[in-house]
Amino acid sequence: MTPTLVALMVIFTQLSLLAFGGGATILPEMQRQVVDVHHWMSAQEFGALFALAQAAPGPNMMIVPLVGWHVAGLQGVLVTSIAKFGPSSVVTIVAASLWNRFRAHPWRPVVLAGLAPVTTGLVCSSAALITQASVQTWSLGLIVLGVAAAASRTRLHPLLLLAAGAAFGLTGIGQG
Amino acid sequence: MDITPEVPSLAAEPSPGTGELFTGFLWLGLTGFGGVLPLARHMLVEKRRWLTAEEFTDLLGLCQFLPGGNIINLSVAVGLRFRGIPGALAAILGLIAAPTAVVIGLGVLYDRYADDPHIRHLFNGLAAAAAGLLVALSIKMASPLRTRPVAIAFASLCFVAIAILRVPLLPTMLTLAPLSILVAWRLAR
Repeated sequence: MTPTLVALMVIFTQLSLLAFGGGATILPEMQRQVVDVHHWMSAQEFGALFALAQAAPGPNMMIVPLVGWHVAGLQGVLVTSIAKFGPSSVVTIVAASLWNRFRAHPWRPVVLAGLAPVTTGLVCSSAALITQASVQTWSLGLIVLGVAAAASRTRLHPLLLLAAGAAFGLTGIGQG
Repeated sequence: MDITPEVPSLAAEPSPGTGELFTGFLWLGLTGFGGVLPLARHMLVEKRRWLTAEEFTDLLGLCQFLPGGNIINLSVAVGLRFRGIPGALAAILGLIAAPTAVVIGLGVLYDRYADDPHIRHLFNGLAAAAAGLLVALSIKMASPLRTRPVAIAFASLCFVAIAILRVPLLPTMLTLAPLSILVAWRLAR
């Protein structure tokens, strides 16, 4: 394995085991590693890959194979996918086998209540960093605000909002 | 064939094989745009009846508790339940196979046409919209914490560490998660 593939494996294995509270919580660390530490892409490119992954069907973790593809082609896809989905699946297999023992354990709601603020802070960080990476002009800032407002106040489908943002972007208004 | 007597409260359908697990989750991966969870419930409980509503809620509770994506963990747990490790593999591979292909196809298109100004504008708009969805998700997750000052403090500490100071995730989690759990435990007593 090349040093790049080894680095991808180490990064995504760590992300796999730290992803409490879903995919959005690990975006800041993923961005820090692939942009700031390894310089595999710019923050703006990372934002674009995240957007592509959101436009695809399936679980909201699809930025993982996409980063692998961008950095190291098909091998990168395999390495990032196995590193990201393998360890958490092993944890799930072990936990599912023991589930009956700790299902009703009194510390379970306490742990959940304790984790909630931390995962919230992580998702807010994701929003701030991805917004910072994707807003280069006032018109793109308007799209962020418009989509955020529409997604919070209406029941419009996320895919529809993504399409609306892309369509507004295509007009090129305010993008020079 | 299965000769165990039927138990009315359990899922009515016979348990799925590895092939069915693969195709069931493949379908889910292909059709689930912008949130697979409601679709997953529909498929597992109503359409294929692999799980009862109670079993679904119970398994989901486990999966939300563990690291990794809820739906990805759920596919592993459901596959494991019916066909052991091979079932878990079939389910998770089915779930991520199609989305991986789609996302790489989009990535190829992006790489090829990123220099075209129209395509660049379109992707800029898409990226801004995706950021907007994350902002909405943050608001949705943060609003239940409004009345809990301690929770707000921990969420803010986490935000400052990760988004502003760019501290790595591992030390941040190792510090804040146990502290936050400890405080939640003290408050619950």
